Amino acid sequence: MSAAPLARLDRVSCAYGRTPVVSDVSLTVPAGGYVGVVGPSGSGKTTVLRALLATLRPLSGTVERAPGLRIGYVPQRESVDWNFPVTVNEAVLMARPRSHGRWVPWSSRSERAEVQAVLDRLGIGALGGRHIRDLSGGQQQRVFIARALLGRPQLLVMDEPTSGVDVRTRHDLLHLLGDLHAGGLAIVLTTHDLNGLAAHLPWLVCLRGRVVAEGAPLDVLTPAVLEETYGAPMDVLVHGGMPVVVDQAHVAAAVPGGR
Amino acid sequence: MQAIWEPLEFEFFRHGLLVATVAGGLCGLLGTYVVLRRMSYLGHGLSHAVFGGAAAAAVIGVDFFLGAGLWGVAAALAIGRVSRRRIIGSDAAIGVITTASFAFGLALFGLYGRARRSTDALLFGSVLGVDEVDIAVVGGVTVATAAMVFAGYRSLLFATFDPEVADVSGLRVGRLDALLMVVLAVVILATIQVLGVVLVAAALVIPATVARMLTNSFARMLWLSTAVGAACGFAGMVASYHLDIPSGAAIVLAGAVVFAAVFAATGSRGLHRVGGSRGDVAA
Repeated sequence: MSAAPLARLDRVSCAYGRTPVVSDVSLTVPAGGYVGVVGPSGSGKTTVLRALLATLRPLSGTVERAPGLRIGYVPQRESVDWNFPVTVNEAVLMARPRSHGRWVPWSSRSERAEVQAVLDRLGIGALGGRHIRDLSGGQQQRVFIARALLGRPQLLVMDEPTSGVDVRTRHDLLHLLGDLHAGGLAIVLTTHDLNGLAAHLPWLVCLRGRVVAEGAPLDVLTPAVLEETYGAPMDVLVHGGMPVVVDQAHVAAAVPGGR
Repeated sequence: MQAIWEPLEFEFFRHGLLVATVAGGLCGLLGTYVVLRRMSYLGHGLSHAVFGGAAAAAVIGVDFFLGAGLWGVAAALAIGRVSRRRIIGSDAAIGVITTASFAFGLALFGLYGRARRSTDALLFGSVLGVDEVDIAVVGGVTVATAAMVFAGYRSLLFATFDPEVADVSGLRVGRLDALLMVVLAVVILATIQVLGVVLVAAALVIPATVARMLTNSFARMLWLSTAVGAACGFAGMVASYHLDIPSGAAIVLAGAVVFAAVFAATGSRGLHRVGGSRGDVAA
């Protein structure tokens, strides 16, 4: 985490109305960084992203972003109106409010080629004419990653990218994000998925209204940190050099006589 | 067949037909955004708010368009501001602000009597009194709205579909929303003489809903909604002459007939397109 930061939150506190959500949160996103923010529902994960994206003004603390920083944002799938009348091509092209500086509705040939190239890169090149509702969960997620990439971002911010997708889709998404990161893209994401996603990331921030701990998964996915973050006892196994989090409540329910 | 076109002999009808067709298309065009932003109730509420402004304009003797226009724009911006604060829901904000404005208009008409434009004409529409100035107003508002939709096509689409990401991408979503509210107030004001306070919301909603049932593409929905709105305006005016019913009611009934026909043709597929919700995704 020694590279020059793309974005930095310094002792940031945020609230909706008079209800404080996060307090004294500090977070650094270096160029080419790959950061996961984990925590229970209501812990302030999305709020931290909003502060980072500058769509929410902090009550206190500072948010610094590199001058001219280009950010691509992929929202939660649950926030998208999948019934909205747009095709995949139309959805991706939204990232361009203007066509080569002109205020015209139609897309130029070069824009269409650019959209096609991004869709091809994400493996959904044949779906450009489909309505967004007629796609699988993984394909829908890729459409919005494509829209974010069309803006040539330096930082990709994703809110719960694996929410509501199956194991195979999650696996594919993890590889896709790994490839994008290997290509130099910095990524910040939130997730509830400790084993399927968080444990594979190089840097984690555990959040519960404040930063409980941050570091490499093996350092922060510990029983003590997890209990402080989630308020529930958890065991951690190490498999193949990676932490595997086991909820003790599940063990107790599954094993007769278990805790 | 010739009897259908008989009213074209009258200048007042030709004026009315032109204004109704253009107003129908205009409502259809803007209605696309109203429906997709789930602002149907706002269209209904703003038309009632404009009534209060019209009453105040009549009582103090200022121009109808100026008085009602300023009132409508102020109401639209107030609703937007109250809604953004998230203290109360947008539907509650619309209910409070617009019905209070409507009640204020009724009270003014009750206290000072009817002046210039009658309460009935404002409530239910009266296309017979359309003159060259009214035609110019509706034409000017239509050209300005079409220019806004053309130049702001991509921005408005982005801000309508995904306002949070549009904001992150650098679009000034708050300003776009305010612009759309102001244009909506002006469109309601310009078309209220044809359709009336009570029915203008239907002219905003029905063509766009019909268009949504027919297509999954935003661009196609935009021009289909405009075409359906214009066709309903035209057919409604002709029907209002022959059936001797108010023009606003005839135009809305023409839209209802088109809706029923498209519903019969598309069935559950059409309703499915109209009735989805956020987070409702394919398997």
